[in-house]
Amino acid sequence: MKRQIPLIIVITLGFMFVAHSFIPHTISQDFLTWFQDWMKAISPFAVVLGIMSLFMVHGKKISYKAPNWQYSIVTLAGLIFTALTGFIWGTQAGTPYMWIFKNIQMPMSSTMFALLAFYIASAAYKAFRARSPEATVLLVAAIIVMLGQVPLGTMISKWIPISSKWILNVPNLASKRAIMIGVGLGMTATSLKILLGIERTYLGGGD
Amino acid sequence: MFEIISNTVAAFFTLSIFSFLYKDNPFYKFAEALFVGVSMGFAIPLVYENAFIPFVYTPIFLGHKFSLIIPSLLGLLYTFRFSKNLSWLSRYPIVFGMGIVGMGVPMSIHSSVLVQMRSAMLPLDTVNTALIFIGTVTILLYFFFSKDHKGVYGKFTNVGVWFMMIGFGASFGYTVMARISLLIGRIQFLVGDWLGFIK
Repeated sequence: MKRQIPLIIVITLGFMFVAHSFIPHTISQDFLTWFQDWMKAISPFAVVLGIMSLFMVHGKKISYKAPNWQYSIVTLAGLIFTALTGFIWGTQAGTPYMWIFKNIQMPMSSTMFALLAFYIASAAYKAFRARSPEATVLLVAAIIVMLGQVPLGTMISKWIPISSKWILNVPNLASKRAIMIGVGLGMTATSLKILLGIERTYLGGGD
Repeated sequence: MFEIISNTVAAFFTLSIFSFLYKDNPFYKFAEALFVGVSMGFAIPLVYENAFIPFVYTPIFLGHKFSLIIPSLLGLLYTFRFSKNLSWLSRYPIVFGMGIVGMGVPMSIHSSVLVQMRSAMLPLDTVNTALIFIGTVTILLYFFFSKDHKGVYGKFTNVGVWFMMIGFGASFGYTVMARISLLIGRIQFLVGDWLGFIK
């Protein structure tokens, strides 16, 4: 019963919402509003699960003195300190909380992504060496799109920005559209599997 | 003076992350560990202010909607996830969220399939619209694995591969430019805001 009751709840709610999509009666609209209020009240508690998980993982590393356990102290100290600044001084501009965001979180976040520029370049060199016609097409399309975004492209030829725009609006659109249709069909199939009780991995392991 | 200290702190963490380009080192590990902690710590007050207060505290304690105590208790069941004997209780808040997939079936069919198909079947009055139609159809044929990609059918699917390669190239180009833009931003910060070489 520990698995069956949650499964019955999903199937019942799922089919009710399918029905609501086709028959948006006032009663089902009220039910949806009520359900959304309940979901909004449940959702903040998911953060508690995230915090518990982080504390358990890093707490274990610290207690067992696992390799690099010292950095786990940094993680937990950073978490506690940042959260406390938000609770004590508020989250408005000019508070210590926003200072941490502006001078610690944001620089590290954008540098992490900037770092990928180097790795993406080396990965591209390995992957795109024009060893097949398809790889050459990919390489040429990427170069044209990149050059089309910067003034250098216009300086080389006025056709580069025009070609870049055409690539983005025609073959790229066809590619994205076909992939979107595939994703849509995949989402529908997965949703149906959940509704029919075939897909149950979200219930987790155990009894 | 305060701005100089703030910029120096930001520059220290920027350079610590960049130091990974040389090799994994204690500065990078320190910055990485702090980044995880600070990011999570940053989210907690935001969730408290933007989700807990408006959707739990205010309606229950100020709006007297006591029925919301039930979903709040359901939300607390998440915490049993790590209990050996009571982890099954954490399924209840999860399944309430999963119920919404019922709406996902008609919505995904409509927005991702029907709307896209309708857009692809617009009057094929120009070369570009015809190319978009051919590209979409041939890519979809490529993903149909119930038939061998041989002969005439194989030729069609090969056209789809070419369209996909151009699409992937365009996506790659865009991603690279976004990353380069961030890199330029960080270098501008280091050289301009921090060291003051760019006025």
